[in-house]
Amino acid sequence: MSEGIGAAVKRKEDKRFITGRGKYTDDIRMENQAYGAFVRSPHAHAEIKGIDTSAAEAMDGVIAVLNGKQLKDDAIGDIITGWAITSKDGNPMNVGAWNPMATARVRHVGEPVVIVIAESQAQARLAAEAVEVDYEELPAVAAATRALEDGAPLLHDNVPGNLIFDWEIGDEAAADAGLAGATHVTELDIVNNRLAPNAIEPRSAIAVYNDIDDHYTLYTTSQNPHVARLVLSAFYNIAPEHKLRVIAPDVGGGFGSKIYIYPEEITCLWASMKTGRSVKWTSDRSEAFMTDAHARDHVTKARMGFDADGKIVGLKVNTVANIGAYASLFATATPTYLYGTLLSGQYNIANVYCDVKAVHTNTVPVDAYRGAGRPEATYVMERLMETAAREMGMDPAELRRRNFITEFPHQTPVIMTYDAGDFHALLEKGQAAADIAGFAARKSEAASRGKLRGIGYSCYIEACGIAPSKAVGSLGAGVGLWESAEVRVNPVGTIEILTGSHAHGQGHETTFAQVVSDRFGLPMDNITIVHGDTDKVQMGMGTYGSRSGAVGMNAIVKAMDKVEAKVKKIAAHTLEASDDDIVIEDGEVKVAGTDKKMAWHEVGLAAYTAHNLPDGMEPGLKEGAFYDPTNFTFPSGTYICEVEVDPETGVVEVVQFTAADDFGTVINPMIVEGQVHGGVTQGIGQALLENVVYDEDGQLITGSYMDYCMPRADDVPSYVLEHSTTVAPSNPLGVKGCGEAGAIGSPPAVINAITDAIGNNNLTMPATPHKVWAAIQEVGLPQAAE
Amino acid sequence: MTQVTMTVNGKAASGDVPGETLLSDFLREHLRLTGTHVGCDTSQCGACVVHVDGKAVKSCTVLAASLDGAEVTTVEGLANGELHPMQVAFNDNHGLQCGFCTPGMIMSGIDMVNRYKTEGRELTEEAIRHELEGNICRCTGYHNIVRSIKDAAASM
Ligand code: FES
Ligand code: FES
Repeated sequence: MSEGIGAAVKRKEDKRFITGRGKYTDDIRMENQAYGAFVRSPHAHAEIKGIDTSAAEAMDGVIAVLNGKQLKDDAIGDIITGWAITSKDGNPMNVGAWNPMATARVRHVGEPVVIVIAESQAQARLAAEAVEVDYEELPAVAAATRALEDGAPLLHDNVPGNLIFDWEIGDEAAADAGLAGATHVTELDIVNNRLAPNAIEPRSAIAVYNDIDDHYTLYTTSQNPHVARLVLSAFYNIAPEHKLRVIAPDVGGGFGSKIYIYPEEITCLWASMKTGRSVKWTSDRSEAFMTDAHARDHVTKARMGFDADGKIVGLKVNTVANIGAYASLFATATPTYLYGTLLSGQYNIANVYCDVKAVHTNTVPVDAYRGAGRPEATYVMERLMETAAREMGMDPAELRRRNFITEFPHQTPVIMTYDAGDFHALLEKGQAAADIAGFAARKSEAASRGKLRGIGYSCYIEACGIAPSKAVGSLGAGVGLWESAEVRVNPVGTIEILTGSHAHGQGHETTFAQVVSDRFGLPMDNITIVHGDTDKVQMGMGTYGSRSGAVGMNAIVKAMDKVEAKVKKIAAHTLEASDDDIVIEDGEVKVAGTDKKMAWHEVGLAAYTAHNLPDGMEPGLKEGAFYDPTNFTFPSGTYICEVEVDPETGVVEVVQFTAADDFGTVINPMIVEGQVHGGVTQGIGQALLENVVYDEDGQLITGSYMDYCMPRADDVPSYVLEHSTTVAPSNPLGVKGCGEAGAIGSPPAVINAITDAIGNNNLTMPATPHKVWAAIQEVGLPQAAE
Repeated sequence: MTQVTMTVNGKAASGDVPGETLLSDFLREHLRLTGTHVGCDTSQCGACVVHVDGKAVKSCTVLAASLDGAEVTTVEGLANGELHPMQVAFNDNHGLQCGFCTPGMIMSGIDMVNRYKTEGRELTEEAIRHELEGNICRCTGYHNIVRSIKDAAASM
């Protein structure tokens, strides 16, 4: 039916957003509300010698001035990292302790030291400026490679050499042997630039302590309110879970940055208890640049060997990953199990080896951001493939074709078992949509205008739907990564779906309802999605890793299976038929092949009146499920980018961008395409514009939108999208997930296109006009444009 | 404290506010019109765009006190019994995801369509992209925002 799976249904949630009636955390005001403002370290690395709060305490409207030592004295726990990585020598990782507010030492610019609570936000901020912290500056280090050098400043006493772990995956000897036997070896030094996630809604928290019940409520900008509650309860000792309610109302984008439970939320909860007031804190953009987890920041050496036929015979990758001053929640998983495991790409490679050194530096913690590890892996693979093709004088598409995996399941040498895909089909679709045949003509036409036109490919694969709990547990995860759902059929037949997934732009209120509508033939209007409140919804794991479709929706399917079974039993009993003969169609429950039927709502009513149920059946119609996937899902695609470079200025224009994706079953193509548009734009942002810059002493240079260049409407083109589908065999819906693909696949396509245009492969992201111009100067203008 | 009186969404609104109060704060905190959002502190993101005397203005860049007597329209004031064509177009074309930039996008979109109409200029895709320079969206990649504005322009 038109509202079911595969229909481009318009979004149900839009109405409140387009009329200004959304309810984001900062829109909420509690009675008795006070405001928090943080005093933050201006230094990258310093000892705290003393804190003088007397002037601040005396200021108008100030309720309390609280510091990290008081917080520690109240037994509030240190911030944890959720994934334990074992170094290749068998030793556990070393991570530095992270106090929610610094007690003795600050390790990055922006680290909170004191919170001021006042009657108004202005008063709180003014008083925060009056707090005097006496710092003794220490030498600092911002670059991960420098932090590993002998004599580098050390951040944590328990982390010798700033090295958190030195991890490996794959067989080094085999990779070395493969490379030794290669007829051609391509080598690249790769930097994956540091990014700031920049959800447009800044983080915000309102902590409400109720001393009568000793109960806390936290309204917060979270992608996973239940995980927040679990961590706040089990590790930070705020309150046991039944005394702590976390509500994530409308959330204005996350991209990973709102997974984590940050110092500010913890501190607001504690401060609410200390002051007996509701405490609200809303980040401004400058604070966001200094506190929201950053992303990427890898330095990599990669070598890929080929035989005479262009088949890959070995791959060796050495990466240094910057983790920042402290190890954030998924920080250790991102450059390891979300990165090294994708270094087989779409290719049949027998020998892959990867070594990752993770390093503390005096920078904001780095954690998962749209793609998380997989963009870094794809950038390595696809820069290598394009470079190798050029070096060997081959068509880059042909080189990829020769190496594509064609049989599934396929076991890579780096853990993953790819279960489905058709990489040839994606490449063909992408090439057709991008009109590869017409490229030469477009290039010479551009040349006639004095522009250098180039084309670049990227064939990505990612592991999504994170993930089978047993598998991630065996790899060091601190939690299971299933999802939950409850399907409540009301006596009148309308349905509420309670899901552990959380939407912050993804449109779950629409797509999840489509899945239900499709199953029972009910109108979308009769189905409501409930999420984001730990008091309403059963424990769930939240939204990240493109998992809401692949895991969250399948939990709903599992719960619907149980509802369906009960509905059939009730109808069979009422209609005097056998369960097996009952079918549910278009909102009716029928005996197949007869005209005997009940309306859907009649079954609902029968379940609740319970006047005539089968013997032994419980009344009611409400079922829940916890769904744990049996495998990751593997979205894949071919992205083709065309750029024009102005050789005079180095300015790059992305003139055409084609994305051919395989996301498995698509529930709502309109929403899926929107996800690709957004992801690709973030990837183009990384490739051309975005860069977090620290100076050598750890001062943040890019602290606002004046310095950090966000992609804007005129930086990107309209996109050409294609689909080719292989269904994901590991889940009932066959869904693979689409949230991260765009950001994963696009950066190498852009850089490959630019390096093709200018004839110089020596180019790092972001490819700013200055860098591109310099790269052109380095090799001289390509022939065609002269 | 300064007394300000203005018309907001067709109704008289007044308040006694500190002189440094921004229009965005006046709307959000004093009038509790929270549809106008604040996404930055350097006048770059455009989440806060409203109309002042019919023109798009970043409400985070003007003092409420300077607008005594002004007519202000926020996203809450657009729908007049039925949705404004720009609002309809954003829904029709999936021009929003998280919705946080959306009020600013809609207010900027209406302003640009009106200006181009008055000036008799064609609002091309290129022009829309250029006009959106002061509005940042992190979710949509702009593709569908551009389509939404183009679509609305045809029916406005
Ligand atoms: S809040 Fe006004 S431009 Fe960002
Ligand atoms: S829809 Fe989320 S920032 Fe634009």
